[in-house]
Amino acid sequence: MNKHLLSIHDVTAEDIVRILDTAESFREVGTRVIKKVPALRGRTVVNLFYENSTRTRISFELAAKRLSADVINFTTSGTSVSKGESLKDTALTLQAMGADAIVIRHSSSGAPFTLTKWVKGSVLNAGDGTHEHPTQALLDLYTMRDRLGRLEGLRVAIVGDVLHSRVARSLSFALVKMGADVTLVGPPTLIPPDAPAWGVDVSYDIEGVLPKLDVCYMLRVQRERQRQQYFPSVREYARLFGLTRDRVGMLPEGTTIMHPGPMNRGVEIDSDVADLPQAVMEEQVTNGIAIRMALLYLLLGGAREEVGTDE
Amino acid sequence: MTATARILDEAEIRRSVTRIAHEILEHNKGARDLVLVGIANRGDDLARRLAAEIERIEGATLPVGVLDITFYRDDIGMRAEAPEVHETRIGFDINGKTVILVDDVLYTGRTIRAALDALVDFGRPTAIQLAVLVDRGHRELPIRADYVGKNVPTRRDEDVRVALKETDGEDAVVVEEPAAKRDVPGGER
Repeated sequence: MNKHLLSIHDVTAEDIVRILDTAESFREVGTRVIKKVPALRGRTVVNLFYENSTRTRISFELAAKRLSADVINFTTSGTSVSKGESLKDTALTLQAMGADAIVIRHSSSGAPFTLTKWVKGSVLNAGDGTHEHPTQALLDLYTMRDRLGRLEGLRVAIVGDVLHSRVARSLSFALVKMGADVTLVGPPTLIPPDAPAWGVDVSYDIEGVLPKLDVCYMLRVQRERQRQQYFPSVREYARLFGLTRDRVGMLPEGTTIMHPGPMNRGVEIDSDVADLPQAVMEEQVTNGIAIRMALLYLLLGGAREEVGTDE
Repeated sequence: MTATARILDEAEIRRSVTRIAHEILEHNKGARDLVLVGIANRGDDLARRLAAEIERIEGATLPVGVLDITFYRDDIGMRAEAPEVHETRIGFDINGKTVILVDDVLYTGRTIRAALDALVDFGRPTAIQLAVLVDRGHRELPIRADYVGKNVPTRRDEDVRVALKETDGEDAVVVEEPAAKRDVPGGER
């Protein structure tokens, strides 16, 4: 495994299998009376969030705490950052405090990579700009493998604003790496022009894609995009690309419906569709903790400094 | 030449398991409130064999769990890579039970220390007893086994290897001389 997790390109297919298998053990830990193991006692994990994200931050926080690591939440409001401190100075400060891992979310693509130049510990990307969100992709892979028993050959549609979605990018790269068949679906304005180079198919017609899916993955409509003229209206988007009850009827029996959250009920997904048993958003959240525990364990469970093995 | 000495063969392992099963039943005056938890890997194989023996002798079916102690090891962060994780599955309540903890080899005692810490995260058993196939000595912690298949005096630089049909395709316990280890390229395993 690489020391950092900045992008899905940092992990091989073999690494992904190891991460998912390790997460399997951590999910078992989550079912115990005492949901905490001492594996990372004495390690310090810093959550450095330049963008608001309650879900991902809490998930990482819980993951680190269940591994017995010490957790510092560093948000940008009301801290030195709001006083104008640069990313570099914040990084050097956290470094001086002995952070073993920094989990960073930032609105600029590439910020986690830049951070690796200033800190000695591991850097985990919790979402950077429109670049990647690798831990979300890994928890989605885990959920798919758990539900459907495999990843290879799985037919997955990722529907919505792919252009601005770091989740869609990471998930596409990861699924292609594991041999799944991925189709990106959305209005032409929201499909990146270079998408075919990712090894995925592209379709602008959701109803043509639905009947041959194992997983239908709905992306959140980022309403602010509508003002930027990517699509005429939220209502039209919902009519053309929303997952309605009628469209669920076109899915094969047993197709899993996923969404990274937070959902806009009634826009990309109808409210009663989101509550169907095959819609597994809550499982995704539970699995997210296990995946993040696995990643922290695998990245921090080795030697702090390069030392020889003495097995 | 690799210098290895066979300590137990298939028949001897079978007799050891049978004897330990009898000792467990004698010591606990039957199979009431007993549960078996084997430490992965191979401890769980032995725990299932003990359960089968106890069922044969006493007619009682004991629950068998498997415990992975990786997250409780005291050397995490001292090896280059995070230790590989195995499955843990204890599908029953251990509160108020007598847990027979089963492992293949008892050596420094550090694995057992980790297993004790792990077990109490599942509940509060009435008692925990330890059964091992081989005790090779060299304890580093104040831990002893309640049931031992065979005591094998060893040197620290020797390797004790347990092979079981379920995991390795054959039943055998061998001691390997350090010379055998030096034959391995790079000297690591």
